[in-house]
Amino acid sequence: MTNTSQLQSALATPSRRGFLVQTSLVMGAFSFGFHIPHVQAAAPAPEVNAWVVIKPDESVIIRIARQEMGQGTLTGLAQLVAEELECDWSKVTTEQPTPGQNAARGRVWGNYATGGSRGIRDSHLYVRKGGASARMMLVAAAAKSWNVPTSECSVDKGVIIHKASNRRTTYGKMAELAATMEPPKDIVLKDPKTWTIAGKPLPRLDTVAKVDGSQIYSMDFTMPGMLNAAITNCPIFGGSLKSFDASKIANKPGIRKVVAVDGKGVAVIADTWWQAKSALEQVEIVWNEGPNAKLTSADIAATLKEGLTAKEAFVGNQAGDVKVGLAQAAKTVEATYSFPYQHHATMEPMNATALYTGSRCDVWTSSQNSEAALETVVEASGLPVGQCDVTRLMLGGGFGRRAVSHDYVRQSVLIAKQMPNVPVKLIWSREEDMLHGHYHPITQCKLTAGLDAQGNVTAMHMRISGQSILSSINPSRLQNGRDPSTFQGLNPDGNEGVFGYSIPNLLIDHAMRNPPLPAGYWRGVNNNQNALYLECFIDELAVAAGQDPLAFRQKMLRNSPKHLAVLNAVAEKAGWDKPAPKGIFRGLSQHMGYGSYVAACAEVSIVDQKVKVHRIVAATNPGHAVNPQQIEAQIDGSFAYGLSALLYGEITIKDGMVEQQNFDTYELLRMAQMPKVESIVMPSGDFWGGVGEPTIFVAAPAVLNAIAAATGKRIRNMPIQSNSDLKIA
Amino acid sequence: MAQLVINGIKQTVSADPDTPILWVLRDLGLTGTKYGCGVAQCGACTVHIDGEPVRSCSLPLSALQDGQSIITIEALGAGGKLHALQKAWIELDVPQCGYCQSGQLMAASALLSKSPNPTDAEIDEAMTNICRCGTYNRIRAGIKHAAALLTKKA
Ligand code: FES
Ligand code: FES
Repeated sequence: MTNTSQLQSALATPSRRGFLVQTSLVMGAFSFGFHIPHVQAAAPAPEVNAWVVIKPDESVIIRIARQEMGQGTLTGLAQLVAEELECDWSKVTTEQPTPGQNAARGRVWGNYATGGSRGIRDSHLYVRKGGASARMMLVAAAAKSWNVPTSECSVDKGVIIHKASNRRTTYGKMAELAATMEPPKDIVLKDPKTWTIAGKPLPRLDTVAKVDGSQIYSMDFTMPGMLNAAITNCPIFGGSLKSFDASKIANKPGIRKVVAVDGKGVAVIADTWWQAKSALEQVEIVWNEGPNAKLTSADIAATLKEGLTAKEAFVGNQAGDVKVGLAQAAKTVEATYSFPYQHHATMEPMNATALYTGSRCDVWTSSQNSEAALETVVEASGLPVGQCDVTRLMLGGGFGRRAVSHDYVRQSVLIAKQMPNVPVKLIWSREEDMLHGHYHPITQCKLTAGLDAQGNVTAMHMRISGQSILSSINPSRLQNGRDPSTFQGLNPDGNEGVFGYSIPNLLIDHAMRNPPLPAGYWRGVNNNQNALYLECFIDELAVAAGQDPLAFRQKMLRNSPKHLAVLNAVAEKAGWDKPAPKGIFRGLSQHMGYGSYVAACAEVSIVDQKVKVHRIVAATNPGHAVNPQQIEAQIDGSFAYGLSALLYGEITIKDGMVEQQNFDTYELLRMAQMPKVESIVMPSGDFWGGVGEPTIFVAAPAVLNAIAAATGKRIRNMPIQSNSDLKIA
Repeated sequence: MAQLVINGIKQTVSADPDTPILWVLRDLGLTGTKYGCGVAQCGACTVHIDGEPVRSCSLPLSALQDGQSIITIEALGAGGKLHALQKAWIELDVPQCGYCQSGQLMAASALLSKSPNPTDAEIDEAMTNICRCGTYNRIRAGIKHAAALLTKKA
């Protein structure tokens, strides 16, 4: 995670304009004789405040801190600023200040970290205030120039009006003066009910460049004189580089240098990436295999299995006395589930371009948290933060892979340091990307519940055994050894993810077992398996109680009205009360995570042992819906991601390394497997929840419950493809 | 050395013969064509060669004859105009991260030129490119919308 205070204190905060000048001086100091395509945030147009720049031609530039990676946050955040700014939406463009600029300005743009579905929910307040403040300064400037009270002025789409004197001016004309006005202290934000830009299904701002090939992703970045690097790192977890012999490629065309990287890998630097990659295959490398050279998936499974019944475990949620409750039950039900490692498989493999000069280090890359990327650059280059920066380029997918670990950035800097004054782009091959992921953690789960004679759940013990993400990425943030994120969606209270069911005797605990694979945040994170384990087991309990899965849940959700509302919404839209068409079977699920309430009803058929997911009805209550059509896109996308894992996804280990090295062995969901999705976006208006992830939680359990309804058999180990006799249609 | 017609322009290409067309194109600055897997699995690198959709990551330069024609995403719309598919993609806001979309559009346009009004089954069969963001439903809708736009015009 970014050590923000280090970033903050590393640079004094120069004045706004001072910084812009400083930036261009620094950039100008390069001795390359070519223009460095740095971020445009240093545009000379008048900046009204940190969030809003308005040019004399009336174009409005809105600065975006959180990272766009496909999820639509750029458009949503711009809508929120524009709403309060009351500018003409058709004149809005965006730009992304660099993390270096943020550090230099005392983090005026706040946190850049974009994960946990927090792009909007964690920044809506200050970006809306930024827009409102800019509007008030623009109005104050007009009022001042007209010598009238601001209260007599109004705004209509970037035009400031003084009705009494019938005078009008524009934001473009007032921007320079507005920048000198005192920022207002008291800002009253609009009632979302009156929104005209936010809350509307507006088209994304970044679509056009994505349909004609002109969008520049990190992978596409280039600059004069740039070389390309391919890398291979020790594929065995915990192994390192022993030696390498590059004599075979010494005379190959285009090869510039072969270097060791971080004691773990070898990189070939060449004119083109293909030259580098094909030469790398001929470098003879000897690895120190390290302690995990014999590790297999079976070893890991055995470690986790032991945790299912271990005495010691971290408690996440506890009520009543589960032992007594189970002992007194009329009937007990027990089941054990498992969820394997997953790989992010962003469509764009990891890559970064670095330029190191001895006194400066600049990186151009795609990251979900460029402040953390900058931290990595500082560390790897050994230069102070004021002499480093990261320019943010479009991501070909994030899903958590580019959120925390900037291993690819670190490597790019370490390579560039061995090729000073020359920009080098490091691209991981897909194979490298698969072998060096930060994988969705592996877990198993044992659930035991007691029912009374009427079929009420009186006790439940949910024991999760498996890997903690924090232990892997940032052990210092563990709380007395406990990883709170393990209990996502299972918490007794809070705003993030509350366990909705009323069960008088409850124990949810976690036996932490950490295999040597690096774990990471993977879209939905621990909610994925938590929702799957719980929602499938609740269905098992409904069957044991002889009750309808909807009615069974409704009864247990009686004290959780928001959980219940989304569940009821999908049941109604799916037509739960009517029989499904012949051959179609339905399954339900609900969950709360990242502040939002979600539910799904899946419809599947099984013909000749082939399972097909036809339709999923989804509901989400994210509190506020800033762009409903983009929320629908996120529901679709999250289902594709979640179903991909459910149907196919599995990273397995043999000889201490990942077995799946490309998409021929790590299958992903394609068009033919994508179900129809019907979305219900039902914001209740009283909180702010996320939308990029939450719906992913409910897709897999709803499908599994539908399959069980069809077959009468439970699939409890994922993925379906390798753990059942079903095929994927 | 090979003489190719790339997006209608004759070009002499001097890369190693084993260089995949994907990297030949990208090194020429045509970076709309993407690298996703390198093994003909994902389709991010799809271009048209003599009108046929081809996964260019798995086709070496040596496999092409002098004079063969390559069309990339940058020239999908003829004469600087947007192709009906691109219009549909914009209208329906199909892309999320967008990284796969060049390949999706090239695959979709090849489909439409063979089957101007494709059925769902034809779409499933022709559109095997991976979209990790999961834009499949909008891609399907986009193809149908573009088909309608083209039929209206015809
Ligand atoms: S890059 Fe060619 S098919 Fe994936
Ligand atoms: S839009 Fe991101 S991979 Fe398709």
